[in-house]
Amino acid sequence: MTAALDRPTSVSPESVSLPKRHYLNSGYTVRSWLFTTDHKRIALLYLVSITAFFVLGGIAATLVRLDLMTPQADLVRSETYNKLFTAHGVIMIFFFLVPSIPAVMGNFLVPLMLGARDLAFPRLNLLSWYVYMVGGVFTLYALLAGGVDTGWTFYAPYSSTYSNTYVMATAVGIFITGFSSILTGLNFIVTIHKMRAPGQVWFRLPLFIWSIYATSIIMVLGTPVLAITLVLVGLERLLGLGIFDPRLGGDPILFQHLFWFYSHPAVYIMILPSMGVVSEIIPCFCRKRPFGYEFIGFSSFAIAAFSFLVWGHHLFVSGQSIYAGLVFSMLSYLVAIPSAVKVFNWTATLHKGSISFDTPMLYALGFVGLFTMGGLTGLFVAALAVDVHVHDTYFIVAHFHYIMVGGAVMGYLGAIHFWWPKMTGRLYPEGWARLSAILIFVGFNLTFFPQYILGYLGMPRRYHIYPPEFQVLNVMSSAGASILGVGYLFPLTYLIWSLFYGKVASANPWRAAGLEWQTPSPPPTENFARTPVVRHEAYDYPAIDNQQVEEGLR
Amino acid sequence: MTIDSHTHVESPLAHQFDDLEQQRAAADLGMWLFLATELMFFAGLFLTYFLYRLNDEAAFAAASHHLDVVWGTVNTAVLLTSSLTVAISVHAAQSRDQRKLTQLLAATIGLGTLFVAIKGWEYHGKYQHGLMPLMGLPFRWDVDSTRPGAELFYDLYYVMTGVHLLHMVIGLGLMLVLLVKAMRGGLLGDFATPVRMIGLYWHFVDVIWVFLFPLLYLIGAHP
Ligand code: HEM
Ligand SMILES: [Cu+2]
Repeated sequence: MTAALDRPTSVSPESVSLPKRHYLNSGYTVRSWLFTTDHKRIALLYLVSITAFFVLGGIAATLVRLDLMTPQADLVRSETYNKLFTAHGVIMIFFFLVPSIPAVMGNFLVPLMLGARDLAFPRLNLLSWYVYMVGGVFTLYALLAGGVDTGWTFYAPYSSTYSNTYVMATAVGIFITGFSSILTGLNFIVTIHKMRAPGQVWFRLPLFIWSIYATSIIMVLGTPVLAITLVLVGLERLLGLGIFDPRLGGDPILFQHLFWFYSHPAVYIMILPSMGVVSEIIPCFCRKRPFGYEFIGFSSFAIAAFSFLVWGHHLFVSGQSIYAGLVFSMLSYLVAIPSAVKVFNWTATLHKGSISFDTPMLYALGFVGLFTMGGLTGLFVAALAVDVHVHDTYFIVAHFHYIMVGGAVMGYLGAIHFWWPKMTGRLYPEGWARLSAILIFVGFNLTFFPQYILGYLGMPRRYHIYPPEFQVLNVMSSAGASILGVGYLFPLTYLIWSLFYGKVASANPWRAAGLEWQTPSPPPTENFARTPVVRHEAYDYPAIDNQQVEEGLR
Repeated sequence: MTIDSHTHVESPLAHQFDDLEQQRAAADLGMWLFLATELMFFAGLFLTYFLYRLNDEAAFAAASHHLDVVWGTVNTAVLLTSSLTVAISVHAAQSRDQRKLTQLLAATIGLGTLFVAIKGWEYHGKYQHGLMPLMGLPFRWDVDSTRPGAELFYDLYYVMTGVHLLHMVIGLGLMLVLLVKAMRGGLLGDFATPVRMIGLYWHFVDVIWVFLFPLLYLIGAHP
């Protein structure tokens, strides 16, 4: 075991069988799951609950898209439509995108990648799952009781004074869930600082860790601002304060400033972890060191830092001063630099690599393409003059879906596929997996590309009645959405199937670098039989492959 | 120390850490990060306050004039004293002085409760003078020109001191837990970390008050 820790090795597939004792079979009772403090089990608790929320949000999206098939309002009434897109947005943002990769993959991987036995605060980690669930219950209650119609942005004074829907329950739900995000971020930062195995110095850390670290900073510093904003909205509804109410001397624009101070950085909470995932997958499937390791790492921090400076680009047409608009426009361009650095580095890594197109790699490549597309149109909307034209149109909807769905969800699916053998000890059927990755890519583009055109032509978002000339593009979009929906159902099916019938995975089926691959799949409860000592850089793929050649010759 | 299989000896070291030093450092960093989130939480309120104050300086000054500086000062003194008792209690826990620890924790709880009581008394006074524009209560304000600004000041006053008060109450709950544990002989020596952590939290809440007090009670109150 000690020798094997120095360099990853792969076991020939025939000789593999599941380890006798691992974290999954260390207890079968409901209790052993609901009271576990094992980061790997908590990751699975999150996986199940987040998947459930994704399905709910997806159902709302389906109804929205169905309704938009025709120019008239013939599926739902306007009020219902407003509640549907709000439910869709709230669930997808706060209960899926924000927690997805950090809470599922981060929880599972951070200690393994550092060579630690667990996160620094295991009980806090369990608590954060419960907090997430309690927040979810509030939000579900709001939906069942009648829904919310403010949009996920809760703009005041509509949300604070006028809306007659379940704003309070939803706001409380999101407020509570915010704490789960804070606790997770805090736990990761402390763990990354204090729990690294001997030799696991900063510049040997996997890039996934760097991105999770940057994400955690945003979670810890941004989320409280959203929390206080929601508190103020809540107090305004409950006690009749006038902080955002112009009739009482308050200023609704202040709400937008506070809200976007969190919510713009929150976009990077959603996308940075995916970038980390891609930085793991690409080197592995082209057998090369990542080009510019330090640049990829530091660009995560640059993105996190800049993300706090650009919130005002959401207020270009809200009545902030023209000078503020100019400054925010310019600052917004800055974020493009570290993002482009990442894309260039990934491309340079791919260059002349021996690429194999396994499922995780398909998702990673899909990520790079879609993220680039979303990012480039981000430059359009960061330009003050262009944004005035496309503001609150489907151009924006397309832009953020390219980033959040094309980017974040692709990264998430890539991560699930890459680390599935580690998490479950099973392999999934590769053919089906590749097919669905392609289906998702095609469905995605068919759904959201037409929306760029729709928006450019002037179709506003959050309306469900539109002029008939927009129908063709809307029907295309809805057709794409059904392909996308089917594409999402595939992994759900074959991944569950693989749990029972999938081939048993070896410790390191991808011959990947990284400490997490040097412990059995699935790992034992204490992660490593003996604390690993790290003596090599991360991603030394040339060395791994050479070693195998030597072994073959012997 | 021999560990026999019948009695369970509680270890101060949690399984995920290698040694006490690492565990202590992790707890410290965690607490400081948590306080950073709290700081950002209050920062939203401070920002709101600053913006509105800049917007309507005169109204804020006039409204601030009606707050009770004497009681505010007394409360500041009470709170700072409690910070002192907390600081000494951490020391007592580390040097395994159980008697002193329990006494100091009890003193802290007493002082904290006094703060809450005085604050409640102040709220009551404001309510009687019609300076509580909450839940549809009337806002009695005779200077017409500053009315909306003054009302906003009081909105912010209740939110800011209210959120601070909530933190105090949570702190008191935590102190109570510490007291019970200390009376049972826990929290000494290597087990002192909770005292240090909750102590830090208590200091933080005090520091917030040290900013709230001048902002709300003092600036521009007596032009
Ligand atoms: C089948 C895939 C999806 C379809 C067809 C879809 C459709 C839509 C549509 C039509 C809107 C615009 C509503 C409007 O502004 O009028 C919307 C908004 C939104 N979508 Fe999606 N969506 C899908 C997947 C996702 C996913 C996976 C996420 C996040 C993970 C997401 C996040 C959002 C958000 C945050 C909004 C903004 C809601 C609001 O305006 O309050 N969507 N979606
Ligand atoms: Cu933004």
